[in-house]
Amino acid sequence: MWIRALPKHFLRLALTIMLGGLLGATLVRLAPGFGVDERELDTRLNTQSIELLRQSHASQRNILGYYRGYLAGLFRGDLGVSTSLDRPVAELFAERLPVTLHSVGIGVAAGWLLGFLLALPAALFRWKAYEIFTAGLSGLFLSLPAAILGLGLVYAGGPASLAIALVVFPRVLQYARNILVQSAALPHVLAAHARGLHRTRVLLWHVLPNAAPLLFALAGISVSMAFGAAIPIEAICDYPGIGQLTWQAALSRDLPVLVNVTLLITVITLAANSLSDLASSAFVRQRI
Amino acid sequence: MSRIRLVAIVFLALTFSAVLFADFVAPAPYAKQFREVPNAAPSLKHLLGTDDLGRDSFSRLLYGSRVSLLLAPAAALLSTLIAAFVGGSAGYLGGWFERVALAATDLSLSLPWLFLLLTVRALLPLNVAPVTSVVVTFALLGVLGWSSSGRVICSGARAIRESDFVLQAKALGCAPHRLILRQVLPNLQPVLSAQFWTSIPIFIIAEANLGILGLGVAEPLPSWGNLLRGLENWPEVKASPWKLAPIVALIAVVSCFQLIFQKRENLAS
Repeated sequence: MWIRALPKHFLRLALTIMLGGLLGATLVRLAPGFGVDERELDTRLNTQSIELLRQSHASQRNILGYYRGYLAGLFRGDLGVSTSLDRPVAELFAERLPVTLHSVGIGVAAGWLLGFLLALPAALFRWKAYEIFTAGLSGLFLSLPAAILGLGLVYAGGPASLAIALVVFPRVLQYARNILVQSAALPHVLAAHARGLHRTRVLLWHVLPNAAPLLFALAGISVSMAFGAAIPIEAICDYPGIGQLTWQAALSRDLPVLVNVTLLITVITLAANSLSDLASSAFVRQRI
Repeated sequence: MSRIRLVAIVFLALTFSAVLFADFVAPAPYAKQFREVPNAAPSLKHLLGTDDLGRDSFSRLLYGSRVSLLLAPAAALLSTLIAAFVGGSAGYLGGWFERVALAATDLSLSLPWLFLLLTVRALLPLNVAPVTSVVVTFALLGVLGWSSSGRVICSGARAIRESDFVLQAKALGCAPHRLILRQVLPNLQPVLSAQFWTSIPIFIIAEANLGILGLGVAEPLPSWGNLLRGLENWPEVKASPWKLAPIVALIAVVSCFQLIFQKRENLAS
């Protein structure tokens, strides 16, 4: 049973998250401006004050020591305090995460609906004009940075989730179309057509089940795409979610927020990918 | 080759030539201010008008395109080289090395690279020079964007390792370095080239996103990212539509890359 694989899956997930957090903290530590404080530019501060400021970052210099302390705090539910907003990071997450989850959830669902509905006829009927239309449409939206889509939505008065949907849909359209075309060209599907089975029956019983594992994988990936797009979109749309918090933290060099956000998004990405893996393997086993 | 792909190739060739010879094509240096004509409309002297600081917009677009179009391929080359080294050696050597390398690739894939990029980019020194900021931005793109390519290259190298001609070459006593140079690398070349070309538009768009957020290339050096920041003032853009030129150029170039390398993209995925 696929349920037996769950503990191994969770263990792998936990290990990857721990290593990912360490890697993230190491990269941050290696950044050339690590430990530099904007207050150092204040001309009213003398050399001694600047030295004291630098010493306050000394505890973060040892990567392993810093990460150990961070993990110990994490297990106690203490994510540290934001240096720019002077508020506990956990409190900021509790406030902003639901906002982002809501917009990302709606954005992914709408992006999938639009992308998949456009991909189905493109894959099944292979009308030349329709293929050119969908290729042009997905190409146009793939060429637009997420921030520009966000900006367009601000001017049009639309919600941030629509901008996320517009980031997700061209990728879903392109990949889902390719997956469905490959699935529709399999010999048993062609044989089903030759035997005169109805197009809908062929689609539901033969094309979609074959494409399902890859579509599940695409669903997992689209969640991380949506979170990646959330930063510029929320920043541009002035939407009070995790993306906007990340942008503000990046501008004010708020290390505790940045490290925690990276870890949080790693957890969400891995959870989404694991869920899609599990759903895919459960589906395949059920069919066998 | 379809006609549309030919048009895309010609357009990209012209754009690359224009940005390469920007010093000769641009009517003014990118930072030169014409203080008497800020926010000017297009004219023969200023083809796309001037910005609010009186700088020639056409020159800034040319130089900005040069930054994005020359450094995105450099970042793509860096990421492809890292991916080729990690993925290629993992796939070719196999065994525990492959398992460790694939675990590292999965780990890198699980990290939200845009968040990480934003974090590391934000931690640059306070007094960073514009040229350093541009190099660091694209170097980070290259260093952080290798993992998905690494996985594809690894599976390509594994297929070559298990192929009959490599087995035969090994049986004939072909030296390892000769095997890699003469048999493995030439056969990996289509996958490597696909990864390289498909990474370019991704990096161009990533830089544009960073630039709009104020975390890309530092002023006064122009790039598509910081030129697109001009679109934030919509009433001004509405009144002077020629300010849409950077986004039109970005869409045109990225679309041309997609048109030309569509088949390679399928190979890359």
